[in-house]
Amino acid sequence: MAGLKAVNIIEFQDLEDIIYLLQNISELDLSGYSKSSLKRRVERFLQVEKMDIVDLKNAIVNVKDFHNYFIQELVVNVTEMFRDPQFFNSLKKNVIPYLQTYPQIRIWSAGCSTGEEAYSTAIVLNESNILDRSFIYGTDISQRALDIARKGVYSLNKIKSYTENYLHTKPSLDFSSHYTAMYDAAIINKEYRNKVLFSTHNLVTDQAFNEFQLIMCRNVMIYFDKELQSRVLNLFYESLSLFGFLCLGSKESLYAHDIKNNFKVIDKQYNIYQKIK
Amino acid sequence: MAIATEIILIGGSAGSYTLIAELLENLPPTFEPAICIVLHRNKHYDTQIEKSLSRKLKRNIVSAIDKIEICKNYVYFAPAGYHLMVEPNFTFSLDGSEHINYSRPSIDVLFETAAQIYKKNCTAFLLSGANSDGAKGLRMVEDFGGKIVIQDPAQAAIRTMPLAGKRETLIPLVWKNSQIISFFSNLN
Repeated sequence: MAGLKAVNIIEFQDLEDIIYLLQNISELDLSGYSKSSLKRRVERFLQVEKMDIVDLKNAIVNVKDFHNYFIQELVVNVTEMFRDPQFFNSLKKNVIPYLQTYPQIRIWSAGCSTGEEAYSTAIVLNESNILDRSFIYGTDISQRALDIARKGVYSLNKIKSYTENYLHTKPSLDFSSHYTAMYDAAIINKEYRNKVLFSTHNLVTDQAFNEFQLIMCRNVMIYFDKELQSRVLNLFYESLSLFGFLCLGSKESLYAHDIKNNFKVIDKQYNIYQKIK
Repeated sequence: MAIATEIILIGGSAGSYTLIAELLENLPPTFEPAICIVLHRNKHYDTQIEKSLSRKLKRNIVSAIDKIEICKNYVYFAPAGYHLMVEPNFTFSLDGSEHINYSRPSIDVLFETAAQIYKKNCTAFLLSGANSDGAKGLRMVEDFGGKIVIQDPAQAAIRTMPLAGKRETLIPLVWKNSQIISFFSNLN
């Protein structure tokens, strides 16, 4: 028994091999992802698929479109509606009044996964009476996550915990007024679904595609190394209009990045920034 | 601030806080390793443990930040709501993926990633708790040549976690609270 290694562990060199193979056969570039987190995801994938590392390398090279399936399984799709409720309170207090002065408001939910954050934002816009002149772009690398996002259907179990989050935002409406429940699931109201366009976008390789007054990218950058974080922050900077807002996750800050000099800190705790030059 | 070449990991849940506070209190003024702690706590009540301990004990006790270097003479807590991982370049990364053992941060996640980077320069402590998070991670620390210590279940407020650690590992050290505290007071 002594010295027996856990069976599902791969070497960091195997991870590098996989990154290299993907770069060669596809547009996927995982070289800027945090290594330990990515390695765990690959190990989990192998366990679920009952593959070993040799199978995986073979499949990437030889199976058509395998890499598309692989990346969808690899990315973290954990999200919630009104995650960090206090963040949404800060958004309402510090950002919404500013957005209200615009005739048209474009918002980008970057790395939106299954859409919860985009819909939460739509609800906040509705509460502030500016949903009709707003439009939200939700983008993610995972087509499968986006399919769920477009449907706007979530299990009642999830809705229950989202309701708890929502209550912490001191809302003027019941959460249940934003969806219709059917059997064991709920569909987000059409007025919200019509206001969000979901499409694929890879933060690592794709470029700016519009100009926004608000960009939300929460709990995405923690999966990137510092260099890639800087590159993505630059993409956000280029995609923001002057005096537009950037919202990062509660553990993601501009602090270690030079681009911070072009932003003003609006909320230090919840990492809300405004582009000032 | 120099990068730590040794790491000490502490995992605890229900009933472990008093011991953690006590062993931090007994630390010498400076020490070589980095100390890294996962304490299960509710994400809705970010209890400011780091701030109050840091003020009280006048030491570098901080919440681990994404992508910062792991430094000597520092005590890091995993922030509520995120897994804490050690990266090959001796930095931390945070991760918001699925709960492991109903926990985020999960002790297993920290232990497993740290074990593979720090190998024999890793010492892991598993303390009181009501679930089995940390047991697998402890085993991995052992497999990669690190040293593993379990709080004596007889002295743990809740012994589920130390017992799970004992079951999962081969030859863990089982220490009484006084032995654990003296280990920390003798660090250099």
